[in-house]
Amino acid sequence: MANKLISEIPLPKSIANVFSARNISTAKDALSLTEFELMDLLDVGLTEVRSALSQISEIVAPPYQTALSLMEQRFQNEHLGGHFPTGLKGLDAALCGGIPFGVLTELVGPAGIGKTQFCLKLSLLASLPTNYGGLDGRVIYIDVESKFSSRRLLEIGLRSFPEIFQMKEMAQEMAGRILVLRPTSLAEFTQSLEQIKVSLLQNQVKMLVIDSMAALVSGEHEQGARRQQTLSWHISFIKSLAEFSRIPVVVTNQVRSRNHDDASRYSFQVQSRDGATETPMQYDSHLVAALGIQWAHAVTTRLVLEAKSGISLLSDDGKEVMGPEINAIHCQVTGTCVAMAKNAGHNEIINFGIEGLH
Amino acid sequence: MEIWRLPISASQRGKLISAGYTSLSSLSSISSSDLARELKVSESEAMNILNVASHSRGPETSNASCSIVEGAQSAWDMLHDEESLMHITTSSADLDNILGGGIHCKEVTEIGWSSLSLIVNSVLKYKLTTAFGSESIIFMLIGGVPGIGKTQLGIQIAVNVQIPNDFGGLGGKAVYIDTEGSFMVERAFQIAEACIEDMSEYNRFLRKDFQECKIKMQPQDILENIFYFRICSYTEQIALINYLDKFLSAHKDVKVIVVDSVTFHFRQDFDDMALRTRVLSGMALKLMNLAKRFSLAVVLLNQVTTKHTEASLQLALALGDSWSHTCTNRIVLYWNGNERYAYIDKSPSLRSASAAYSVTARGIRNSSSSCKRIKMM
Repeated sequence: MANKLISEIPLPKSIANVFSARNISTAKDALSLTEFELMDLLDVGLTEVRSALSQISEIVAPPYQTALSLMEQRFQNEHLGGHFPTGLKGLDAALCGGIPFGVLTELVGPAGIGKTQFCLKLSLLASLPTNYGGLDGRVIYIDVESKFSSRRLLEIGLRSFPEIFQMKEMAQEMAGRILVLRPTSLAEFTQSLEQIKVSLLQNQVKMLVIDSMAALVSGEHEQGARRQQTLSWHISFIKSLAEFSRIPVVVTNQVRSRNHDDASRYSFQVQSRDGATETPMQYDSHLVAALGIQWAHAVTTRLVLEAKSGISLLSDDGKEVMGPEINAIHCQVTGTCVAMAKNAGHNEIINFGIEGLH
Repeated sequence: MEIWRLPISASQRGKLISAGYTSLSSLSSISSSDLARELKVSESEAMNILNVASHSRGPETSNASCSIVEGAQSAWDMLHDEESLMHITTSSADLDNILGGGIHCKEVTEIGWSSLSLIVNSVLKYKLTTAFGSESIIFMLIGGVPGIGKTQLGIQIAVNVQIPNDFGGLGGKAVYIDTEGSFMVERAFQIAEACIEDMSEYNRFLRKDFQECKIKMQPQDILENIFYFRICSYTEQIALINYLDKFLSAHKDVKVIVVDSVTFHFRQDFDDMALRTRVLSGMALKLMNLAKRFSLAVVLLNQVTTKHTEASLQLALALGDSWSHTCTNRIVLYWNGNERYAYIDKSPSLRSASAAYSVTARGIRNSSSSCKRIKMM
């Protein structure tokens, strides 16, 4: 609505002509100016400007919905009330039923923890017919790091849904629904995102997976302002993609280690630490998610995967928790811990053993 | 007052000045037909100019007896106004007692603080909403790192504002402006459910005589009173805030506006920083106006960013320094070890202090020790 043409708004004829004469053609142009700037530019009085602005605003402002109608609408129009169950009981409970539609869900964890495996399993699930708990649609899988393995995918399928994947034509159909894109550069990635936007609605795409976001962006740019800029475009784009097609979007992210903790403090905290009023917390070296704080703001739900032994993401507290530990406060309790027993064998990953710790 | 401050179009102003009319008083005794002839404009246009001129001169002369400066209000009157407002908003005798003590004395400042901390702690949510009552206009900005609970706090406030008067709440409705798409209906439902449970608990606690005042509210009712606007660009954000004026006139029972987050679009699509500052401050002014006119609370949620200071990286709220000046109260949410804390960073009436809180399935609650932080900022 932001680029709504002024000429389409039912303003009084005289004012509408002035707007077009001064080359203020869209609502965006008009609303970016202050009342007095407009008065100067259009050479009309304050009352006219005010009434024109309020008319434009009324049309451009989106209509409201009550939260209740929003909820009813979700439950009516969407499969399972807008959540895609992962099949992991504890995780589903914590996420109010599964990976939410229409927003970004991020998987963060160290290398080798199973992010890609998680994505493979999710895309497989989404391709299944609804009576098997799937979404019965296509999946677009953007594989940046070239880690997608169709052999592995079918292996998971064969183990977890033997009744489907033992039939060759069914297996072919399910696997055929998963479309893998392999962009090699950021520019290519950007291009394929734009293409996806067009085809999402037409082609029954029910899920978008991006594995991984960090590899692309950190591969091409140095740290700093430029990276933030390119990233911010992608953030808005992916978010709007998720929202308008109302599909779950799963993105993986890498971790980085950080030595000192100042960057996660405010100035008043640093001061008070010097004054020793607050107990200083010492983190020697810990892992943080890549891509920085702006990206983190954009993510709606962040799932942190961690291994039971090895490098611990939370060295404090003494109690060891198996990943994925959920920080999904948007959906549920913080501190809810869901344990996923990942056995040593590669093949066992499909047999998620689940128990809720809390 | 001079001509250039009159809200008339530039060409009319130019004509007035070139004809020698530089001050308002020079317009006071001229007739519209004379003016029309002198400026070479139509009679009706001249009439219009005179109307505007007399209008902007009007209050100065008519109110001269009661106030020295136009539009000013003495501190005493303000105090009086605020007191009368409180009587409207709280119907609990206890609270009226406390507030009757006067807003500038020490106790009330303390209450201001504790009630604000309750926004964050909100175990006694009944008192929480009276926090909005006690300072009828709170223009508040809340910022914090991702995952700290900003959206949760926003939803909690949108629910709590609806606690009925019988429970010391406001019984108002909420406008929720979502710029990020992070509003979760399921979550709002959970919080509403918990809120109703708490109210019936409180009911049993306080009124042993079970009979009256049974809770008739359903979570659905609470959700129905949250007006949700989804904003997709900064233009829509500006437009909506312009339009809210009209919307609120039609929905007078709205008592809080939550904007989650005020930052998002302004950080994405702006190249021209001067324009951004101008647009933002215009928006803040309009919001403040709304808060005053409809005596409601405005809660803005903000994101944080990292900032270089003295060779080290630190967190700072987004949108820069000039924006920090626009909000009246500013609360920063942060991690301290394993606990979430809220810190009053800026406020004209409350002393700066911090309090722990936690995010639970039931909403924002007092801090509990079992909360575990996932260090993944």
